[in-house]
Amino acid sequence: MHSLVTIADLGKEKILSLLASAARFEAMPNRKTLDGRVVATLFFEPSTRTRLSFETAANRLGARVIGFSDAATSSSSKGESLKDTIMMVSNYADIIVMRHHLEGAARYASEVSPVPIINAGDGANQHPSQTMLDLYSIMKTQGTLDGLDICLVGDLKYGRTVHSLIMAMRHFHPRFHFVAPTELAMPNEYKLYCREHGIDFTEHTEFDETLINAADIIYMTRVQRERFTDLMEYERVKNVYVLRADMLRHTRPNLRILHPLPRVGEIAYDVDDCPQAYYFQQAKNGLFVRQALICDCLEIEG
Amino acid sequence: MKKEELLVAALKNGTVIDHIPSELVFKLIDLLGLQNEKSSVTIGYNLESEKIGRKGIIKVADRFFSDEEISRLSVTAPNVVLNIIHDYEVVEKKTVVIPDELHGIVRCPNPKCISNNEPMSSFFHVINKEQRLLKCHYCEKELNV
Repeated sequence: MHSLVTIADLGKEKILSLLASAARFEAMPNRKTLDGRVVATLFFEPSTRTRLSFETAANRLGARVIGFSDAATSSSSKGESLKDTIMMVSNYADIIVMRHHLEGAARYASEVSPVPIINAGDGANQHPSQTMLDLYSIMKTQGTLDGLDICLVGDLKYGRTVHSLIMAMRHFHPRFHFVAPTELAMPNEYKLYCREHGIDFTEHTEFDETLINAADIIYMTRVQRERFTDLMEYERVKNVYVLRADMLRHTRPNLRILHPLPRVGEIAYDVDDCPQAYYFQQAKNGLFVRQALICDCLEIEG
Repeated sequence: MKKEELLVAALKNGTVIDHIPSELVFKLIDLLGLQNEKSSVTIGYNLESEKIGRKGIIKVADRFFSDEEISRLSVTAPNVVLNIIHDYEVVEKKTVVIPDELHGIVRCPNPKCISNNEPMSSFFHVINKEQRLLKCHYCEKELNV
């Protein structure tokens, strides 16, 4: 049995075998694979979307679910350490899915816990199940992960999903196009990472149809107001990175639009009815990916 | 025999830690846990040094430091020299080597790192010894020391 803390720990073969496993769960999501097992979901920081996805994954596999959805209702509000909470819960559960506001919490938990830990997000650090569902969505819509043109749009500075996606795609020869305002441009460490791993990328501040028409995947992220020191600058750029249906007239037929959700305004609602819109199915794919991840960590055939 | 060595008792067996920047003498005592040392310890500082101006020196009788103990000095005082003394003779000079991992020595500068919020030790991987670049094992933030 093993934990899943970061996507960086997964090699190419592992990623492909997890995606194949997720495809088998999609074909038949309701099974009794985990009959009699107990899955704990410990959400020290609330995240309804991720928690429901993991709990549905466990329930559809026949497992029972215990846990809490907010640290206020757990003993950490009484000052209990993370280690003590993990040690207690590992007495009861076969596997622990945890989300925590502190960075590195999942790594630490995986080192003290006798049962596997799945990281469902540790602060601004890692969220590997999100990355796996992004990969699954790309694979499913494009038929391959190899050699794709991927536009990453919006907040590329703080957006951990785009950073993890770059790291996960390093095995598959992508061409990335980074589209962001100067304040939220891709940090140097990730550009350096791309160069070290031979990943092609271009950088843009304008989000226009030339880019859109040459893309296989457009990955939109939220431009958050609180990231700006200059609110005038926010007002100026917030509408520059909005995708509207009229921008999708001449795209590649295989283009799909992804977004980790929730969206606030960066994808206009008229895009929802376009065939390129894929963000809701993307969220649904998270269920099958999480079924695959839970079984893999427990080393149960999925 | 050098002049400053005449000011303090000669050591029969033990370790002389030399070329310590004066202001770091007490930090090193802390890092090596010498407050609780049972054998005799001689501490000098503000001694004249051709190399670094004013230096400190710590002599510990009958005590030899392990590589792990010496590596604790690698962040604070990478240039100190440890003279191993047997029978009044320097038999070996040890320099500080930065190890591949640092446990409990450097505090993570990220306030949102789990290592600053739990009763636990910090843990860094040394990713570049020349550039003295560390990476937190937990929050994965990089740090230059």
